[in-house]
Amino acid sequence: MADTAKVTSLEKVVIRFSGDSGDGMQLTGSLFSNLSAISGNEISTFPDYPAEIRAPQGTLGGVSGYQVHVGKKVYTPGDLADILIAMNPAALKVNKKHIKPNAIIIIDEDAFDESGMTKAGYKTNDPIAELGLGAAQIIGARITTMVKASLADSEMDNKSILRCKNMFSLGLLCWLFNIPVDNAMHLLENKFKKKPTILKANLKVLVDGFNYGSNTHASVSTYHIDSTEKQKGTYTDVKGNQATAWGLIAASEKSGLPLFLGSYPITPATEILHELSARKDLGVKTVQAEDEIAGVCTAIGASFAGSLAATSTSGPGLALKSEAINLAIMAELPLVVIDVQRGGPSTGLPTKTEQTDLWQAIYGRNGESPCVVIAASTPADCFDFAFIASKLAVEHMTPAILLSDAFIANGSSAWRIPNMDDYPAIHPPFVSEDMKSYWKPYFRNPENGSRYWAIPGTEGFAHRVGGLEKDNKTGAISTEPKNHQLMTNLRQAKIDNIAHVIPELKIQGNPDADLLVVGWGGTFGHLYSAVEALNAEGEKVALAHFNYINPLPKNTAEVLTKYKKIIVCELNNGQFAGYLRSKIDGITPLKYNKVEGQPFLVQELVDHFKTLLDD
Amino acid sequence: METNNYTIKDFKSDQDVRWCPGCGDHAILNSIQKAMTELGISPDQTAVISGIGCSSRFPYYVNTYGMHTIHGRATAIATGVKTANPELTVWQVTGDGDCLAIGGNHFIHALRRNIDLNIVLFNNEIYGLTKGQYSPTSKRGFISKSSPYGTVEDPFRPAELTFGARGNFFARTLDVDLKTTQDVLIQAAKHKGTSVVEALVNCVIFNNGTHSAISDKEFRADRTIILKHGEPMIYGKDRNKGLVIEGFNLKSITIGENGMTEKDILVHDAKCEDRTLHFKLGTMSGDLPVALGVIRDVEAPTYDREVEKQVKDVQEKHPQIHKLEDFLRTLETWEIK
Repeated sequence: MADTAKVTSLEKVVIRFSGDSGDGMQLTGSLFSNLSAISGNEISTFPDYPAEIRAPQGTLGGVSGYQVHVGKKVYTPGDLADILIAMNPAALKVNKKHIKPNAIIIIDEDAFDESGMTKAGYKTNDPIAELGLGAAQIIGARITTMVKASLADSEMDNKSILRCKNMFSLGLLCWLFNIPVDNAMHLLENKFKKKPTILKANLKVLVDGFNYGSNTHASVSTYHIDSTEKQKGTYTDVKGNQATAWGLIAASEKSGLPLFLGSYPITPATEILHELSARKDLGVKTVQAEDEIAGVCTAIGASFAGSLAATSTSGPGLALKSEAINLAIMAELPLVVIDVQRGGPSTGLPTKTEQTDLWQAIYGRNGESPCVVIAASTPADCFDFAFIASKLAVEHMTPAILLSDAFIANGSSAWRIPNMDDYPAIHPPFVSEDMKSYWKPYFRNPENGSRYWAIPGTEGFAHRVGGLEKDNKTGAISTEPKNHQLMTNLRQAKIDNIAHVIPELKIQGNPDADLLVVGWGGTFGHLYSAVEALNAEGEKVALAHFNYINPLPKNTAEVLTKYKKIIVCELNNGQFAGYLRSKIDGITPLKYNKVEGQPFLVQELVDHFKTLLDD
Repeated sequence: METNNYTIKDFKSDQDVRWCPGCGDHAILNSIQKAMTELGISPDQTAVISGIGCSSRFPYYVNTYGMHTIHGRATAIATGVKTANPELTVWQVTGDGDCLAIGGNHFIHALRRNIDLNIVLFNNEIYGLTKGQYSPTSKRGFISKSSPYGTVEDPFRPAELTFGARGNFFARTLDVDLKTTQDVLIQAAKHKGTSVVEALVNCVIFNNGTHSAISDKEFRADRTIILKHGEPMIYGKDRNKGLVIEGFNLKSITIGENGMTEKDILVHDAKCEDRTLHFKLGTMSGDLPVALGVIRDVEAPTYDREVEKQVKDVQEKHPQIHKLEDFLRTLETWEIK
């Protein structure tokens, strides 16, 4: 191992990988986060892609980033980076605002030539001074030159050689963080199993990067990141969108229903379609529909035919699907609708995160049209909530809207591969043979108000459903006033009843808090980190974080009315706060809102909560 | 042939049919029920999907599985039903507004995919349920409540649209011609892939007589031709007219005049892959008779079966993956002990 004299121990560290889109920074970042996880660290990552698919090389618009937070008690990808890897001058300039003043900055000195500096629009030839990075520790290495020398004897062309630059920085980081280079070699061997030439080159450059750090003592100190006691098991790195896709598959297996996805590509939800269309090995059927409406409509058709049916989209797509979702509400068919929220309104900020679709999910349909609305809060728990959305949809014969967002959908965290025995069964409420003589389409289970499901092909249960109001007994079309009122009430009661089968709201942090922080969905990591930080400083703060939105957990009013000071924090202009006020008499929560297309920063939350605690 | 134990009663629901007296839809309903009876597929294995409009009330009247959905979307919903369970026989009942205006996108994409649906397009060239606005099949200049000075737009011709979207089955019938209707419906149902049957129906209230120039008994034989695969294209009250090719166009001739004999007359080939002549036949009007019967009937891979086949092929290639957990363990993982 490196014989650097000084090893500094850190509880956690935020590293930002940055370079041109083609520099392989996403791969380097994810390899590093996996290496850290293997060493027993918690990890949370977030990619920062440029909006353009292929912006010109070396320009500010082409900078692609990947932030990794590793260590103990890691719940977010981190606010500002402790370490920045900048493969060119543009990357350095773009990321200036994302790093701490005393950050360590690793740069490829070769890229800071006249051409690179000009493309990035520098006015002087001293980027450090120009950007005011005087307090930072710069580790400059001639990475391009060294990689070229390293691979001079290989048969590879120049372009392929340059592609290996990212492995040099990974090697350097392994040295800096005292990660055994063997671990990294092992990961690469798996990654490039089928490409021996590329593997060989990458391994060589990786080791050279490691040795460079070790030989030159490139930094005054190296670091050791504290590991945490984690539950035993097999772990993998999972993104929210993948976890969502897999949660649906898990629900399909538990319910015995084949899985069907009808979807239309839309940022940032498309990866769910990608993942499920690749899972034909597990029997998943996907239709890439002609539009958003057809996406949900094919799913409704598949649901009618007896599949666990889902559609995935983002805000603009959810708007297009509203009418069809109402058909599923009226026909009382199970349907999972996944809305990976992005910045709106209209096309808005397609690659950025927001929580601005909440009201659309709860209210955005004509008529009295209640349906289940739940929200996932971390990349990994997208799996659980996709599973739960499916379970509620199927068992209660209703659409269930699962709200994810660009932040958790693209972000990743370590995830223990679950044992499916630990997940509850899903019981589709199929008609039974004995019902044949008296069953009608809107005949209900008295326990939960759900109707029974007769799928085409079931002998003796041929029936018709549709968007027109039906008689509650015969199932025939009805415009009878009292019947419409009754059916409206029954549809509402069916959703309200779900409050009895979902978990109660739990308080995290100090139950005797002076301030109750309330949040929902993808902001969990930031809110929880802020609450923990304040409690560590001796303040009394608690967090009530919601995953179940409609219906709300049945103890919501009881919990919220206990606290004198409540602040609802969300990435919109106060939608959940307004919803809570409409549901719970007498509460007047404070609000903390942000609509910048960006997640909260833990620090801004801490600072704001402090001002409230000082009142 | 399998023995068929169904009678028409098995396909009639207990609901009163509420179309206007004299509406052409009644005849099509009856013909579809007869076709279903003759096809001998169980009502429990049959799904009828509709959108919105007069004709879309249809599912309530047949005793099969059915869904009366939302405007324009029946094609997409039926696509989901059939993809999820290719064993079902799926009918879609739709109108000129539902299918070609609000639902146009789904219609062309169903045809492109060639999903095995039997689409019955009730074309009365009017919006009836909203009480009389022009539709995408109304003729240029058509006067209606929403076009009091006449329309200034051309109509779709469903055959042309079907072939343009690469459709492989198209038939046309008249509400008053029960025999042809039943005959083409059976062929449509037997066809694997998207089949389109355009039923020219009369709206007795808002567009009465829109098809009478060809449907009235006195003109019908001379102004329509019933095409049958493998048979010469002969028509007319006296069965003495026929179709021939002249240059790039079709031409109507009289047998015995100008030296024309039956041998000169085209023989209908519905199975021809090339759509050119089907295009011509499907759009005949004016001096040429309107074509009824099956104009095109070409087999091609169907979407629903191809999806199923791909799933099976992939599963065979990965025999070790049965459950989600099997798949998850193929990912890059690490152990915490």
